[in-house]
Amino acid sequence: MSTITKVEKEHMDVVIVGHVDHGKSTVIGRLMADTGSLPEGKLEQVKAMCARNARPFEYAFLLDALKNEQAQGITIDTARCFFKTARRHYIINDAPGHIEFLKNMVTGAARAEAALLVIDAHEGVQENSKRHGYMVSMLGLKQLAVLVNKMDLVDYSEARFESIKAEYLAFLEQLGVHPAAFIPVSAREGVNIAASSEKEMPWYDGKTVLEQVDAFNKIRGDETRPFRMPVQDIYKFTAAGDDRRIVAGTVLTGIVRAGDPVRFLPSGKESTVKTVEAFNATERTEAVAGYATGLTLTTQIYIKPGELMVRADEPQPRVSRRFRVNMFWMGRPPMVKGKPYKLKVGSAAVSAELAEIIQVLDASELTSVQNKQQVERHDVAECILETVRPIAFDLRNEIEATGRVVIVDDFEIAGAGVILEALDESGSVMAEHIRAREFSWERGPVTQEERSARFHNVGKLIILHGVYGCGKRRVAKQLERRLFDRGHKTYYFGISNYFEELDHDVRTRDRGREEHLERLGDLARVITDEGTLLITTVTDADDYDLERLKLMTSPNEIFVVNLGENPFDNYPIDVALPYRPDMDEALDTIIGKLRDNGVLHK
Amino acid sequence: MNQLDQLESKSVHILREAYREFKSLCMLWSIGKDSTVMLWLARKAFFGHCPLPLVHIDTSYKIPEMIAYRDRLALEWNLNMIVGQNKEALAAGMTFPEGKITRLECCKALKSEALKHTLSGDWPRMRLNHSTGQYEVDTNTEPFTGVIVGVRSDEEGSRSKERYFSPRDRQNDWDVDDQPPELWNQYKTDFAPGTHVRIHPLLDWTELNLWEYIEREKIPVVDLYFDRGEGTRYRSLGCGPCTACVQSTARNVPEVVEEIRSGKFANIAERSGRAQDKDDGGGLETLRREGYM
Repeated sequence: MSTITKVEKEHMDVVIVGHVDHGKSTVIGRLMADTGSLPEGKLEQVKAMCARNARPFEYAFLLDALKNEQAQGITIDTARCFFKTARRHYIINDAPGHIEFLKNMVTGAARAEAALLVIDAHEGVQENSKRHGYMVSMLGLKQLAVLVNKMDLVDYSEARFESIKAEYLAFLEQLGVHPAAFIPVSAREGVNIAASSEKEMPWYDGKTVLEQVDAFNKIRGDETRPFRMPVQDIYKFTAAGDDRRIVAGTVLTGIVRAGDPVRFLPSGKESTVKTVEAFNATERTEAVAGYATGLTLTTQIYIKPGELMVRADEPQPRVSRRFRVNMFWMGRPPMVKGKPYKLKVGSAAVSAELAEIIQVLDASELTSVQNKQQVERHDVAECILETVRPIAFDLRNEIEATGRVVIVDDFEIAGAGVILEALDESGSVMAEHIRAREFSWERGPVTQEERSARFHNVGKLIILHGVYGCGKRRVAKQLERRLFDRGHKTYYFGISNYFEELDHDVRTRDRGREEHLERLGDLARVITDEGTLLITTVTDADDYDLERLKLMTSPNEIFVVNLGENPFDNYPIDVALPYRPDMDEALDTIIGKLRDNGVLHK
Repeated sequence: MNQLDQLESKSVHILREAYREFKSLCMLWSIGKDSTVMLWLARKAFFGHCPLPLVHIDTSYKIPEMIAYRDRLALEWNLNMIVGQNKEALAAGMTFPEGKITRLECCKALKSEALKHTLSGDWPRMRLNHSTGQYEVDTNTEPFTGVIVGVRSDEEGSRSKERYFSPRDRQNDWDVDDQPPELWNQYKTDFAPGTHVRIHPLLDWTELNLWEYIEREKIPVVDLYFDRGEGTRYRSLGCGPCTACVQSTARNVPEVVEEIRSGKFANIAERSGRAQDKDDGGGLETLRREGYM
């Protein structure tokens, strides 16, 4: 066993951004070489390769580990390099400067705690210098140092450095970003990277890049903010003889202890933390920001992955279906109104659409482009998004970690944004859709009264709901038989089986499902209007699903039969039946209630 | 929260994300230290359980101690252990140790090909029967579409470009120039049918982090990693014929940690003992584009 005292070094992620060819890779190569962070022989190997190919050695080649990069001479993806100083271990994310690789730049920047932004002293501030500055600020990176590189090409001119500094500072000021430093460097010559620039730039007395990197502050887990934990999953490994029911997730902010009252949003369900679970760890009673943890509750409540767990005794997040966001778009197809997207916030995924574009911003000039009808690739836009069900979130200036969303378009993460404001739901896209539909609904000469008199029933969507295997499908089919035999107009619509199969491949419940409900709602509106008792089954719905189906089928509305445990908190179901009920009793109960409600009249 | 806590939490988060999003998911276990730490992290993520099947590709040239260790842990930790192999190539003797093909061709046949067909389920998969302790042909031939892999970005260049969730197409091809963005704990978990996904929970770990974590958590590792009296040990485990020992007298985990932190290996690349990395400049990248881990 060694006797050397263990001093654990800090660890920090840094991103390096800037316009193409402004020298990012050279800066990294230098940082690695000058801190002795390269594997033994690597520098010599690359130098030898350059000599063999009769090309001058560049520090940038150290990074270009991939063949195709060496061919093209550019950095394509976010390469990750490790270097260390006396103070810390660093991962440096090399973010490509080409605009086509913006998503790689975003990926690198979103991982980082601090950013180095490189500007070529010779070329000066370019479009991407500004765009990247904007992205870095929008992604929430608070620590930034600007390196004015290639000072050797401008004879280490103080005037040149000062003019670039003034121009770029003015831009950053508009963003409210205050850089930690402006450093004149020559990465190629190694000036002001690790070694000071006394000889070349006696006029500069600030930090070297290495000193500045070490001066960045480590971002600590935010324990002082209200507790927020997106519920990633609920585990119950009963088969393995474990009867704990564990709510798993990563604590984003705050702290929660055994005995704390907690609330899950948007469902609003409440309980109290019983234990904090961990494998191979000493017993603990609290879970703190930053930790992936697991909690058990004192009561058995039915919650789903995707809810936001908060403490009931702390400031609450917002719950809404409409909100104003600032976002940027990386997708090839533009973001358009009326198209369903998937929005991810915390551990929730929900169908969403673009309700309104407030303004599109030119990220390099910070000027707004008015009257755009869609958000195009690389656009930065302020807009209103609307989800089909409420989500829980905080505003980005309150709690950043829960104020961020990404938007998935056709399997790809195409947009990312921060939430600026929660909006009320009046004028929602769905309400507007229903209003317009009903306004232009045109009927033939046959009246509802005539239909009702002929079939002895009014049209209604009858939903049998319950968990998989509860017997709802059997009851639904027998219900059709009995109603039909009694002369009613009825139809069993078994398409849910198909959708259940579609959903089968994923553990989350959202995919395809919103679309299923939407189609069911639109279809039911027509079929029920024409006087039919449309019978169908739905699995694993919640209050919002039923509210939505009711709205979509309106004015004919829905009739809900639940089999087994009732998972609805607010939606009043019409008939409650046990899990796998007796068939005759079930049918009698349903038909009796349909009669009481005036749906059947004979 | 120290660095190991941070690394652990991020990996656990990724493992849970993968488990929630993919139905047909498995984890590769090479028996080496990286994937063993990953297995340990899975037990962290799922509170002592490992609900994922573990897949081991047995080239038949693995050092015997590795296989014994694999089966001991599999029984002890109640692991769903699945083993795949390129039986045809082995039967025909089409291997590097038999002198018939090059190192890279051998890796491709015994590892990449075996892996591809084991994951797709079109070659027989052997599954450990816990009541008999024997391997039997698995009746489940469903393809695995999500594969958790223990690569680290500090290992070599192509791995430094990986995403935590990395899509591969049906042929396992990796489009390194067009990878999905990842930000704020949000990963690409939506995939067109037919997409295969590699999930990399250990991307941020370094060799040193792993050994420090093994020390902290007291994770059992194969003792081939230690000097057993001959002044040599393995730093990286692979097939016997292609993996060389390094000169080292580190006899236990704390001594290995010290050796990598500030001792003789502080600045020497880990895979320096792997012969296949040296066969051509981009040998490993070529292999990886074809499905190698």
